[in-house]
Amino acid sequence: MRSLTYSDEQEEFRSVVRRFLDDHSPPTEVRRWMEDDAGFDPAVWRRLCDDLGVGGLHLPEAYGGQAFSAVEQSIVLQEMGRALLCSPYFGSIVLAATAIAHGATDAAKKERLPDLANGSQRAALAFAEQTSAWSPHDVAMTATADGADFRLDGSKRFVVDGHSADGLVVVARVPGSTGTDGLSLFWVAGDADGLERRRLESLDPSRKLAQLDFAGVRAAALGAPGTAAGALDHTLDLACIALAHEMVGGAERVLETTVEYAKTRVQFGRPIGSFQAIKHKCADMLVDVELAKSTAIHAAAAAAEGAEDLPLLAALTKALVSDAYRTAATESIQIHGGIGFTWEHDCHLYFKRARSAAILLGDATHHRERMARLLELGASKASA
Amino acid sequence: MTVTEASVRAEVRAWLEAHWDPELSLRDWRERLADSGWGCPTWPEAWYGRGLPLAMESVVRQEFRRAGAVGIASGGGSGLAAPTILEHGSDELKRALLRPIITGEHAWCQLFSEPGSGSDLAGLTTRADRDGDEFVISGQKVWNTSAHHAQYGMLLARTNWDVPKHRGISYFAFEMEQPGVTVRPLQQMNGYASFNEVFINEARATLHQVIGQVDQGWSVALATLAHERRLAGIHDDTPLEGSGRAIEEYREERAHVMAPYVWYPQRYGRVDLIVKRARETGRDNDPVVRQEIAKLLSLQRAAGWTAERAKQARVLGRPPGPEGSIGKLCGSHIARQAADTHALISESDALLAGEDGPEAGIIAEILLSVPGQSIAGGTDEIQRNILAERQLGLPRDPTTDAGKPFRDVPRNVAD
Repeated sequence: MRSLTYSDEQEEFRSVVRRFLDDHSPPTEVRRWMEDDAGFDPAVWRRLCDDLGVGGLHLPEAYGGQAFSAVEQSIVLQEMGRALLCSPYFGSIVLAATAIAHGATDAAKKERLPDLANGSQRAALAFAEQTSAWSPHDVAMTATADGADFRLDGSKRFVVDGHSADGLVVVARVPGSTGTDGLSLFWVAGDADGLERRRLESLDPSRKLAQLDFAGVRAAALGAPGTAAGALDHTLDLACIALAHEMVGGAERVLETTVEYAKTRVQFGRPIGSFQAIKHKCADMLVDVELAKSTAIHAAAAAAEGAEDLPLLAALTKALVSDAYRTAATESIQIHGGIGFTWEHDCHLYFKRARSAAILLGDATHHRERMARLLELGASKASA
Repeated sequence: MTVTEASVRAEVRAWLEAHWDPELSLRDWRERLADSGWGCPTWPEAWYGRGLPLAMESVVRQEFRRAGAVGIASGGGSGLAAPTILEHGSDELKRALLRPIITGEHAWCQLFSEPGSGSDLAGLTTRADRDGDEFVISGQKVWNTSAHHAQYGMLLARTNWDVPKHRGISYFAFEMEQPGVTVRPLQQMNGYASFNEVFINEARATLHQVIGQVDQGWSVALATLAHERRLAGIHDDTPLEGSGRAIEEYREERAHVMAPYVWYPQRYGRVDLIVKRARETGRDNDPVVRQEIAKLLSLQRAAGWTAERAKQARVLGRPPGPEGSIGKLCGSHIARQAADTHALISESDALLAGEDGPEAGIIAEILLSVPGQSIAGGTDEIQRNILAERQLGLPRDPTTDAGKPFRDVPRNVAD
């Protein structure tokens, strides 16, 4: 059985990260950066990378990283989710850097990863398009060879921090190819000619999304052309697990603050937490959160050891944890009553993150269908 | 001499080689167990045991299995009554009651729950009124596994109505075979009768049959319940190989003892059958069925990982968490979801039971057995209260009976 508990050293690392985020990402700061177009505090991001080394935590040492695993990364993500930190971590590190780490040539990794790891550059992964499938296999954007380089044509949607990133990791395909064939990863400078970037107004302003339109944009291949499908699938599996940890941290925080409120809010002469209707909601939240946490920790351990069933575990984890966080955030507003539905209270900040994270990278239904496919349900008829 | 696993193993192995004889009658074999202390090695040496630490129990058990030897009689007697008597009973009770438990001469049942007190067990109203050195006992008990063949019952009855509910209860070693005791099978909604109800009308128990002190039975009951929880995790379903008189008699005994539990696998919703049945029926192509299967398997795995995480935390010496109640609640969720998914997969065939039904009636049995899961062993609602109050620290429910003489506490209309 995989280790499902954190060591004392890992817990110590957690408390360091938590103290830092308590100081630098209180709700007032979250609200400030939600309103801001760039969406994060550059000084805080620099210190997270310089002092705590979070940028390169899970990247190999050869590329400016610290060579820890998805397990250590999971601690950082839980704490960021707790604090609702507005930062480039998810877009630039979890998505873009991981894609480069798994899909680029050694030379490209050496060129790109150290700057991402130390926070001096920020990248975004552009793979989703006008589709809700969240699968790189559905990519339509074409890459046409042009000398040693390529020309990209098409559009990308839901690109996390795509409007402000210094560089873009873009998924495109050989014209005429389909499915897993012909997919490649490209590097595009954020200010490249023919690229139009537009921030999309989104449900959760604490995570910015962009629309990117490419008209003959010059791009350099990051890996061997046409072979990116496996690396992308793996990147997205890891990203699902990473996002799940962010959600676990948020859900735990939501449970804590809600229980605290139920202990102190008095109605009918008693704290509302003494009413069974409220207690039972809180108990159900606890069960959901504990199951979500165990599942996410198990998935991170599986990722760290490079387990073969990682796609199944990633799909299971993304679906289960999304449901748990969304339910917890919804019940949190319910238990807070009217105040919970106001702009001034912080409940909605978590609710927005829970809702948006549940949809980002594919919703629970999408991932359960993926599970069904991976379990080969319906395989007999499908092949007939 | 210090007790080590190896020394215990060697000792019990040597003893079994010298004494285990499958041609003995079961009763005669167990008399040997009682005399030697090897039948219940963790009991005190003065009382049929060898005073070994609890951890050695499994070592001895393994050696019995290896030798193909029968152990002491299993069931409520050895698992619940005996440890309670050892802890709280007088020497007179120990002398009279422990040996027949080991040999199987006396089967025991638990007489705790009542129709009017389930979750609120301490609100029981079976009465035991003092009459000289005896008590006259009247009331009704329910959910009494094995009561129909038990010689003794662990009985809770109220001996004092003028004190708060927990302080007026006494615990009796109650003789079942006497006038005024009627045992009736209680048929469940799934057709099985795994339990009985017991009607007690002016039956008798002596003062000496009180385990612990008069009016102080609640703490004794808690000891029994603690043993019950401990036993819940220990199940030995390995059938004994070999032949011989003792083994044949043991098989008969075991079939008898296990009879009430035949439908228990169905109570858990049989997640193990889901994928197989979906494939066989071709329903695994249905997008709704696929969603439900994925949900169910996710929940089952998450529950398993949560139990494992708690176990690993205990090994690291971290304080115990809410895993017990979480496990119980997950068990209920999983059972219900599994039943619903079975119904979804079987479609209209789920209307049929018995040989006409899918899986020769198993599916119908699942659908009709699952509701018991979320009630037995503390309802889901009680588990949620435990999580909310003990784990999350939410305020306790206000009670209206605390500190009040039980006589003045509002009770079920039927009482």
